[in-house]
Amino acid sequence: MELITPDFGLIFWQILVFGILFFLLAKFAWKPIIQSLHEREESIDQAIKLSEETKKEMAELKAGNEQLLVSARAERDALIKQAKEAADAMISQAKLDAQTAANQEIEKARVAFEQEKVAAVASIRKEAASLSLDLAEKVLKSQLKDKAAQEKLVSEWIADVTLK
Amino acid sequence: MSGKSIFKKVYFSNIILGLFISLFSFTAWANEPVAAEATEHAPQQEEKFDAGKMILHHIADEHEWHFFTIGHFHATVPLPCIVYTESAGLQVFSSSNFKNEHHEEVPYQGLKLEHGKIHAENGEQVYDISITKNVASLLLSAVLLLSIFIGIGKTYKENPHRAPKGIQSLFEPIIIFVRDEIAKNNIGEKHYRRFMPYLLTVFFFIWFNNMLGLIPGGANVTGNIAVTAVLAIIAFFVTNLNGKATYWTHVFAMPGVPKWMLLIMTPVEIVGVFMKPFSLMVRLFANMTAGHIILLSLVSLIFIFENSALGIAVVPFSLFMNVIELIVAFIQAFIFTMLVSTYIGAAIEEHHH
Repeated sequence: MELITPDFGLIFWQILVFGILFFLLAKFAWKPIIQSLHEREESIDQAIKLSEETKKEMAELKAGNEQLLVSARAERDALIKQAKEAADAMISQAKLDAQTAANQEIEKARVAFEQEKVAAVASIRKEAASLSLDLAEKVLKSQLKDKAAQEKLVSEWIADVTLK
Repeated sequence: MSGKSIFKKVYFSNIILGLFISLFSFTAWANEPVAAEATEHAPQQEEKFDAGKMILHHIADEHEWHFFTIGHFHATVPLPCIVYTESAGLQVFSSSNFKNEHHEEVPYQGLKLEHGKIHAENGEQVYDISITKNVASLLLSAVLLLSIFIGIGKTYKENPHRAPKGIQSLFEPIIIFVRDEIAKNNIGEKHYRRFMPYLLTVFFFIWFNNMLGLIPGGANVTGNIAVTAVLAIIAFFVTNLNGKATYWTHVFAMPGVPKWMLLIMTPVEIVGVFMKPFSLMVRLFANMTAGHIILLSLVSLIFIFENSALGIAVVPFSLFMNVIELIVAFIQAFIFTMLVSTYIGAAIEEHHH
């Protein structure tokens, strides 16, 4: 029974000690401790938030860079393609030009050759004609040395003429 | 106290030292020399060792701090007695005045010490606010708490944004545990900060005193009904003085209950208001006292059976119980704080229907 009978003295001291303890600890221990724990947590929280934001910004920046790189690459490719196309076009144009120029030359040459040929043929003809005339003259001269032969020929020619 | 058994003469004031004793008796003190000593010093009254009496003496309060007794040597620290009587007024004297040179109890200035209580010889009312063993231990724990936590508080104030160092890092997780797991969970984000100083003081007060009680020679402060009663009464006032309208309507007129049911419900709720702190008082008192009783009983086994060989079983088991008690010391502090904060949480809860 003594065990569960509270002592007056102990109650008195317990109230006193606990009261003083509460007052002093609350003022000099718990208040700064709770306050600075709160502050520290807040500052850690802020630091984490800041680092997260920075990270995000970095990622964004990186993504922007990549995009820039991609577009630059695309631009470069387009440029190269364009240049190639231009070059190709130029080459084909040059080829075409060369071809037409050559064709023209060939045509010209052909025409000249043709003309030359015609002229040559004409001159050969002329030559041949004069030659054959000379020859004929000579032949005639030789054949018409005698009168009979001349007469025979004339008669032949006349016969021919009349026959016509 | 004069006719003490020889076995009682060799007990120590607490358990761990008791364990040492059982080891000692193993090697040095065989049963024969002890028995021989017994017949030599207390031949007139061969009293049997009374474990119950010894244990109750240990868990009760006393006017001197008794550490151990070997033979005729009593290692005790006399404590100041502060007594008020109507006739003699306030008297302050040493508790050693109640003992003569033979360590027998004698009256002093019309006062006598009986079963650890001071009575007046003329029968008048005595108001005893002596610094008893428990009060001394209480003051010691207060000094310990103040020096540790004010020191820590200073460190926090000096560099609030630094990581904790030294003893600060030992207690910071516990303070955060009390804040996050006990206060925030049960009281809520909105109001918990208001109750933090109270909850932290209660938690560390109980924990430190529980631990001090486990030290050999320590006092059983938190296993004393007066101490737990005061803690419970404070909890009662903190809870009910902060009670909001919702809390009181739940006590006196439980909403959503048929009117005639209130005839039963309201008395039950009113009893509940007082039962909550009462349970806090009994729980802490009973747990701590029970722990001490178990440990003392284990050590007593050796003396009951008068067989030192029992130490082989008792020592490891006492060690095991001691470790359990260390855990209980924390758990009881935690449970007390936890329950107080749930009561506060229920009391300050706002109307939300």
